[in-house]
Amino acid sequence: MKHSKKISLLITLFICFDTKSQSISSFDFEKFSHVPKFLSDYGFFKDLRNQKPVSNVHPYSLSSQLFSDETDKLRFVYVPEGKKVGYVKNKVFIFPVGSVLIKTFAYLNNNGPLEAELLETRLLINTNNGWKAISYVWNEDQTDAKRAIAGATIPTRFVNSSGKIRDVRYRAPNQNQCKECHQLKKVMTPIGPKARNMNKLVEYDAGEMNQLVYWAALGWINENLGSTSISNYADVNAVLNERARAYLDINCGHCHIPGGSADTTGLYLNFTEQDKEQIGIYKKPVAAGRASGNLKYSIVPGHPEDSILLYRMKSLDPGIMMPESGRALSDETGIKLITDWIDKL
Amino acid sequence: MKFLRLSNQFLFLASLCVSVSLSSAVQLIKPSENSYLDIQEALILAEPGDIIRLSAGIFTLEDSLSLDVPGVQIEGEGMGQTILDFSNQLSGAQGLSVTSDNVTLQDFAIQNAKGDAIKVKGVTNIKFLRVKTEWTNGPSSENGAYGLYPVESKNVLIDGCVAIGASDAGIYVGQSQNIIVRNSRAEFNVAGIEIENSYFADVYNNTATNNTGGILVFDLPGLPQQGGHHVRVFNNRSVGNNTDNFAPEGNIVGEVPRGTGIIIQANSDVEIFNNEIGENDTVNIAVVTYGNDTDDKTYYPHPKSIQIHGNTFGPTGYNPDTSKGELAKILFDLSGGDMPDIFWDGLLPFTQLIFGQPENEKMVVANNGNATLLAIKPIGYMLPYFEPAILDIQEFDGEIIPLEKVEFDETF
Repeated sequence: MKHSKKISLLITLFICFDTKSQSISSFDFEKFSHVPKFLSDYGFFKDLRNQKPVSNVHPYSLSSQLFSDETDKLRFVYVPEGKKVGYVKNKVFIFPVGSVLIKTFAYLNNNGPLEAELLETRLLINTNNGWKAISYVWNEDQTDAKRAIAGATIPTRFVNSSGKIRDVRYRAPNQNQCKECHQLKKVMTPIGPKARNMNKLVEYDAGEMNQLVYWAALGWINENLGSTSISNYADVNAVLNERARAYLDINCGHCHIPGGSADTTGLYLNFTEQDKEQIGIYKKPVAAGRASGNLKYSIVPGHPEDSILLYRMKSLDPGIMMPESGRALSDETGIKLITDWIDKL
Repeated sequence: MKFLRLSNQFLFLASLCVSVSLSSAVQLIKPSENSYLDIQEALILAEPGDIIRLSAGIFTLEDSLSLDVPGVQIEGEGMGQTILDFSNQLSGAQGLSVTSDNVTLQDFAIQNAKGDAIKVKGVTNIKFLRVKTEWTNGPSSENGAYGLYPVESKNVLIDGCVAIGASDAGIYVGQSQNIIVRNSRAEFNVAGIEIENSYFADVYNNTATNNTGGILVFDLPGLPQQGGHHVRVFNNRSVGNNTDNFAPEGNIVGEVPRGTGIIIQANSDVEIFNNEIGENDTVNIAVVTYGNDTDDKTYYPHPKSIQIHGNTFGPTGYNPDTSKGELAKILFDLSGGDMPDIFWDGLLPFTQLIFGQPENEKMVVANNGNATLLAIKPIGYMLPYFEPAILDIQEFDGEIIPLEKVEFDETF
């Protein structure tokens, strides 16, 4: 206890010291009556192109991530000074009004011959009228990103995890598509920042640190939330069932959850769902149409090849593929994981 | 002459004032290279009360459209004139999706969407007027599932619409309440018109023809809203629904035999009257229990309080489809090839099989001319020496207690 207090003090000192540099102050995110045309208008970054944030915009990262055509994601959060972040077990953190979540999608191409390319930056802004989703698409010169109301199509190429160059028709979603995934019971909400999905070490400018400890040091949350942590589905040492459920939770569970946009199907893939039929085991499709692939059930234990869930994960046909939006490629790692999981069910 | 010109100007000015005072903006969009961006930006920037008008012509779209602003009207210049074509769709699971209240869609067509043509989810007050959804290459399991597809909604009006070629249902209303489907036509779909897991629906003055099954009233387990009830199906023509079932396997409608006029499955308080039902290869009306296993304890799989009266039946059962499920085969065996107009599978909770149904839950069949009926007696069917079925339609005669009309304010 004492030890971690000392750390928090150190960080607090560090942060205080650092606020002498740039920070965002002038923006009224609570009213947010005017939507800026350019990302640079907000002043989130002291170095926009290299995504170096100002002192009161903090990087964060998630244990398990949504697959988005193998993009790298750079996440940042701004919380108004002096405000607290609420915590409810298993739920997304409750950010105070005025907070902003910033997520840049990029192909950093770290392991290949292509240059890094920033594609889009999405903002979730918690206004007096709830969360607003706004997305900005980067220009070719990579000097700034411009608001894209109807989204954008970005045909490009990137270096994938095994070093191969691939083509992709990357789609930056429009505002309505943001809602498709971010709405729960008709209310906009963030998806990723749950304590269980953030209990991990992160590299800060000041050094490596558990990000929940870091947030506590910022005064946002209490030091000891008693939160468990979700497996990183990419961690091959974790238990298979946990990995698979973690994968389904972050990739499917925001829509496939009671009150989510796919609840009409009765297929619930959120981490806390326990009912076997509702998870898809021997569950008949309801409105799948040709997306059933002539298969009878969402999941047939021991038979990945007979499971609609996997068929739709593999497909690239817009009328079949799941998720419905947000990917143009298939997630080979995820497909392998879910194949193994169904095989051993 | 001069006076006339002046007065025209005056009229023009006056009409400007009127449109300003109504404060609803009309935005006209014409087909272009950027049809998707043009329409989608307009849909996102629209204000309540606005009209998005799509001019005559073919809009070629590669990505799905969506509307989330309440009180907006999307209108074309006619279902044969304004065509939104998704033949080359690259992303999005629908042609158009609507998630806001008080929306009117009218006078346009959606063609060849890769998934559902128009999905409307979770709204109050939605009108489809003279809208057409079509897959133009005819019945194919490669077609999208639903044409008009409102779900989890309240106050749904579908009027004067046309739905062709859906690989599930042409007009499908699911998990909704207060529904009117009228003056519409469903052709070459697996299910023509389907009301599923819904409360309070009036389906009238429609034509369902050349589908696999004409009109379906279904209830399925494991969904947020179930226990479908209070559905009136009247003054419809459900004739010649003899297209081979082309639904991909796994789908519930994939079990519908070719040549079915109307199916009622696991609903309560359903009234089928004054319809013209005939020329259906297998059976004109089937009343059946949900036939698959389910763990859902809250689900009631049997139909109850069904009333069928005043219908006119044409020939049926002359070419039954025995390839789908047991229905046609059992019917054929029990009727000795003389297929009935109306079929009930007779399945009930076990106690009711032994002690009988509550009076108010019994099916009533009356005033259907010289219609024929076959109802299975499950116990007799399983045991030797007992009657396996009831063939006398008079056994179901009784007093008709009309269900109330479905009404809501259609002027939103």
